[in-house]
Amino acid sequence: MLQTTPAASQSAEPPKPILQLVGIRKSFGAFTAVDTIDLDVREGEFLTIVGPSGSGKTTLLRMLAGMDTPSEGNITLHGQLINDVPPNKRPTCLVFQSLALFPHKSVGENIAFPLKVKGVDAAARKARALELMRVVRLPENYFDKNVMKCSGGERQRVALARALAYDPEVLFFDEPLSAIDYKLKKTLEKELKDLHRETGKTFIYITHSLEEAMVMSDRIGVMRAGRIVQIGTPEEIYGAPVDRFVCEFVGEVNTLKVKRGPDGAWQGVDVPGRFTLAPPRDGKTLDEAFVVVRPEFMRILGPDESADNRLEGVVYNEYSLGSRIQYQVRVGAKVMLVELSRGRALPASADRKVTLGWDAADAFTLES
Amino acid sequence: MADLAIAPPRQEAAPEGAAQLRHARMLSVGARCALPVALLLGIGFLAPLVAIFGYAFATPRSFDVFTSFTLANFATLFDTTNTVWLSFFWSCGLALLTVAILAVVAYPIAYGLNLVFGRWSALISVFFVFPLFVSENVRLYGWVLFFIKNGVLDGTLKWLGLAGGPEVLYSPGITLFGMVYTYLPFMLFPMTLGLALVPRDLVDAARDLGAGRLFIWREIELPLAMPGILIGMLLTFVLAIGATAEAKILGGQSIIVISHDIEIAFTYSQNWPLGSALAVLVTFFIGALTLFALSKLDLDRMLGRR
Repeated sequence: MLQTTPAASQSAEPPKPILQLVGIRKSFGAFTAVDTIDLDVREGEFLTIVGPSGSGKTTLLRMLAGMDTPSEGNITLHGQLINDVPPNKRPTCLVFQSLALFPHKSVGENIAFPLKVKGVDAAARKARALELMRVVRLPENYFDKNVMKCSGGERQRVALARALAYDPEVLFFDEPLSAIDYKLKKTLEKELKDLHRETGKTFIYITHSLEEAMVMSDRIGVMRAGRIVQIGTPEEIYGAPVDRFVCEFVGEVNTLKVKRGPDGAWQGVDVPGRFTLAPPRDGKTLDEAFVVVRPEFMRILGPDESADNRLEGVVYNEYSLGSRIQYQVRVGAKVMLVELSRGRALPASADRKVTLGWDAADAFTLES
Repeated sequence: MADLAIAPPRQEAAPEGAAQLRHARMLSVGARCALPVALLLGIGFLAPLVAIFGYAFATPRSFDVFTSFTLANFATLFDTTNTVWLSFFWSCGLALLTVAILAVVAYPIAYGLNLVFGRWSALISVFFVFPLFVSENVRLYGWVLFFIKNGVLDGTLKWLGLAGGPEVLYSPGITLFGMVYTYLPFMLFPMTLGLALVPRDLVDAARDLGAGRLFIWREIELPLAMPGILIGMLLTFVLAIGATAEAKILGGQSIIVISHDIEIAFTYSQNWPLGSALAVLVTFFIGALTLFALSKLDLDRMLGRR
């Protein structure tokens, strides 16, 4: 398991793993979609796997759900090897990206489907389906409604209720919210988190949106090119990214290439100047490095303000981000991003020539 | 075709009257586009139907179409001493059996074309279409040569020193075989299309929710493929009930089917009014059956679109 920060290992004994992946690989011909993943999923946690498209996250999920078999490695559930157990024999359930609702069945019939499979009688099926409809906040009179006549958000709820009707130990989600408009998505994200707390089940969620992951998850795993590059709490991912990829994946960042000068001090490669940097977290001694500064930690310095590092630049663009304003500042050939809260915005008449500053503690020094 | 377009009032057509009136009298674009096919159907489809309908009420064994009116032809047909009911029975029975056998035979092929044969599907489809390029009669005579005494099957078996092939030719059984053979593509392709409409996601989801193969087939695949299957069944039934060549060529007239009866009335016995009356009855029967079936099948509802 990838434990990246001392903070995580200092915390109380983590809950025992429900699902364990050891050396999981999946190749399709010459292409390796998932490349040696080791992962412990803790019982009852909300784990989100996040990564750009093509990073192998859906393949990973399909293996966990039993729709694909790993080429190498073992998946164990409660210590039992489940590599070759078919999906219908696993106590897990997947909420599809397409939702995969049965179009010829009503809302109630869709939700009761897993119960019908188990041979539960019609009256008990209906009672349980109605109960689940309350859980996912669907009105009772939707029971007989044609599922294809439901709105996008309602369909999400039906799919969720149907998965819960199966009563799985682990629920998988394959970007079910990707086709939902922003406002509804925010509501559903919070409801999903509530549901996770209420049911106490293990949720494994897959998305390409880190924003979505940040809102809901207990832990986030960042995937790239078939590997999990970092796993940790949302705070760890945001506050202590292990490399530039994770850093840039979390949001827009300023990246500066630096190298050691003859006197051992850090010098800019693409912008002039000497920089005071925090040592790399893993304690390595580097001759070249990247400094990553988030736009919200970049400041525009007043005449009497100071910072560890300074850069002179010219504001040439500004964007409103709602409560914040983003400035694009040209420093030599580089463009730096600065985000200020609306209250601290530059006055319209202000000089477009500015001094940027940031403190060493607010930046990351990364190997590549 | 009578939908005259009401031209929207146009600003630039200042002088009202002649020009505007002429514009209003012009057929709409849709009507003009439909004109060729409407004419073709009117001459090629509707006119013969009207003629047949007229003949059905003409004096028996005459050509007094539209000048005489009698129900004598229908009376003859409903006379129980007439064996036309037997032909009708054979046609319906063989058509139903054809549909039933084809449903069972075509389903696995359609499933294979969709999910098993992969890149070979296109080639296999061509093999099923290819026979349609050859005249049906030629193909049926081919089967006769295959099954006939000292033919391909019998002759080869005898040459190998065996007892020889079974004598299957000129029986109702071989007629049924011929019909199943002839109409296979008409069942197969609508069925293949129907099965292709079943999203694989749904099958995966059902399996993930604990369902086994049979349960998924019964609850998901079959209902969702049903529109294609039913259209295939309807198509083959309508074609099979009007089939004659199989009974004549392979069946060797061991049984007489209804369309053969109609043909006999028009040719051998030169009784056009009787043949017409029979044709009208069969047309109404098939038409009523088809409309009834279609009214019972709500394709949209089956697919969950309504």
